[in-house]
Amino acid sequence: MSLLKMKSRKEKKFENVEATSSWKVMAREFAQDKVALGSLILLLILFLVIFVGSLFLNTSKVMTVSIMDQYNAPGTNGFILGADQGGRDVLKELILGARNSLIIGASVTVLMEVIGIIFGLVAGYYGGLVDNLMMRFLDFMLTLPTLMIIIVIVTIVPKYNMWIFILVMAAFYWVGTARLIRSKALSEAKKDYISASKTSGSSDLWIMFRELLPNLSSIIIVDSILSLAGNIGIEVGLTFLGFGLPDDVPSLGTLIGYATDPDTLTGRPWVWVPASLLILVICVGISYVGNVLRRSADARQRLG
Amino acid sequence: MWKTILRRVLIMIPEIVILSVLIFVLAKLMPGDPFSGMITPQTSPSQIHALKVEAGLYDSWYVQYWHWIVRLFHGDFGMSYQFHSPVVNLIASRAVNTLWLSLLTVILSYALAIPLGLIAGRYEDSKRDKAIQIYNYVSYAIPAFVVYLLGLWFFGYILGWFPTSGSVSLGASGFFGVALSRLYHMILPAVLMALISTTGVVQYLRSEIIDAKRQDYVKTARAKGVPESKVFSRHIFRNSLLPIAAFAGYSITGLLAGSIFVETVFAYPGMGLLFVNSIINRDYSVITVLVLLFGILNLVGTLLSDIILSIVDPRIRIE
Repeated sequence: MSLLKMKSRKEKKFENVEATSSWKVMAREFAQDKVALGSLILLLILFLVIFVGSLFLNTSKVMTVSIMDQYNAPGTNGFILGADQGGRDVLKELILGARNSLIIGASVTVLMEVIGIIFGLVAGYYGGLVDNLMMRFLDFMLTLPTLMIIIVIVTIVPKYNMWIFILVMAAFYWVGTARLIRSKALSEAKKDYISASKTSGSSDLWIMFRELLPNLSSIIIVDSILSLAGNIGIEVGLTFLGFGLPDDVPSLGTLIGYATDPDTLTGRPWVWVPASLLILVICVGISYVGNVLRRSADARQRLG
Repeated sequence: MWKTILRRVLIMIPEIVILSVLIFVLAKLMPGDPFSGMITPQTSPSQIHALKVEAGLYDSWYVQYWHWIVRLFHGDFGMSYQFHSPVVNLIASRAVNTLWLSLLTVILSYALAIPLGLIAGRYEDSKRDKAIQIYNYVSYAIPAFVVYLLGLWFFGYILGWFPTSGSVSLGASGFFGVALSRLYHMILPAVLMALISTTGVVQYLRSEIIDAKRQDYVKTARAKGVPESKVFSRHIFRNSLLPIAAFAGYSITGLLAGSIFVETVFAYPGMGLLFVNSIINRDYSVITVLVLLFGILNLVGTLLSDIILSIVDPRIRIE
């Protein structure tokens, strides 16, 4: 970045000194980055269509096989996007699948954030030996062949359903969050306000969750949004391989999975291409918005 | 130097033990036993029972674990149920394919990531840098298997430029014929995989260079009158490029996990496809060995990276 540019940025910042609330910073950041604004609006419209649309759809009705309608081309017999190998309406399956993928992604994200925050806060706040031991454990978790172990567990769990899948995924993907929170908590715990609180006799739990945690909130929000994109991708990927959701729960991965049949891949693209494009838009859009939020949380990276 | 490496290797031993216990527990939870691959309709139940007693399947878990470990060290990994052949031979024949694909992917991904990172760092905040940053966000966020599918559909089926499955075509003969056919089958998956695995290296290189630009030794070089291009090629790039070498080990984890998707989509007969097929056919002896192998390879990869890093950057050595 050239010196001249830096100066002009500084001047810009001083023009509106009073505008410091985080909402205003975020709004300004989105106003500066038109691509991000566009993807935010696109995402909101998509989510609205998906969630409102799925209200009018009944999962078991949509998933009922009607062999007469197998592989109807788009636009025929009232199938706007055509039908899949079971004669199910691709458009309806797409809406339900996207809703399920979003809900699962969000649930996994919430769960793994909770585990990661507790683990990271404890390690970072206490430091020393506790931190050392906990970090050893994290390092070990990081080297596990996570994807394979999840697939193995998914295949050997007897009463397998959506909630077990969410638990299994969260059980392995919290490690990154824990590392992030731990490193931030470690530096935050050295600050004066923590020592002051300790001296005045606050309990450790109080300091960790009522004093340290609020100061990490912006990092947590950004990490959640970025992980959300990743988790949706992982769920759809596992379902695509056939090791994700049970067969009666549609996901975007179910639709894309039909493409493993070369005839469907080449001859019937309407079955899998819409779902592939939708997952691309959702993942890239969410992570782009997450990156804008990360910039606005870090004063040095802001654009406006 | 040697102390660091020794310490790092010593840390790895308990990790391997814990990993093996974890996988042993998973293997015990799987239905079936080591004889699944040998049982034919002619085997009587009493024979199976006798075999189980002999194999110690009714012993306590730590005795069984010990026997399992001893067998592994003797190279006895059991029989594959779906292929009726020893697991070792099966995995060895598939490992070669995964190895070649991974190697080509790593080379392509570095060949792409290093120039991109250098440009992004040198021309920070320019149009070029912004384009590279957007490419980075997109390639990081995109679910890999969708890229493979779209690539296979477009380049493999619509344009017909590349083969759509397998690792060597049947008609290939002679050393060069086979090698060329192998390469031809690997190009599309390797290029697609490389395209979406550059993020880490690009981001790291970019921030390294941006940091280096403000260092005193760079200012000194400029003050001496060194031309701008030389400042970058001789002073900045050299220092920034070294730590990239350490990424090689870490990338093993990503490549192995990625092999599951890429090999499934391209029907490429490597370890990833073997794993998926074994899961579908409930071939538990193969699954157990594959998970153990991938886990150990991940550990070795991290070890390798840590050692390279300690050679390159003396500050993190323990004396």
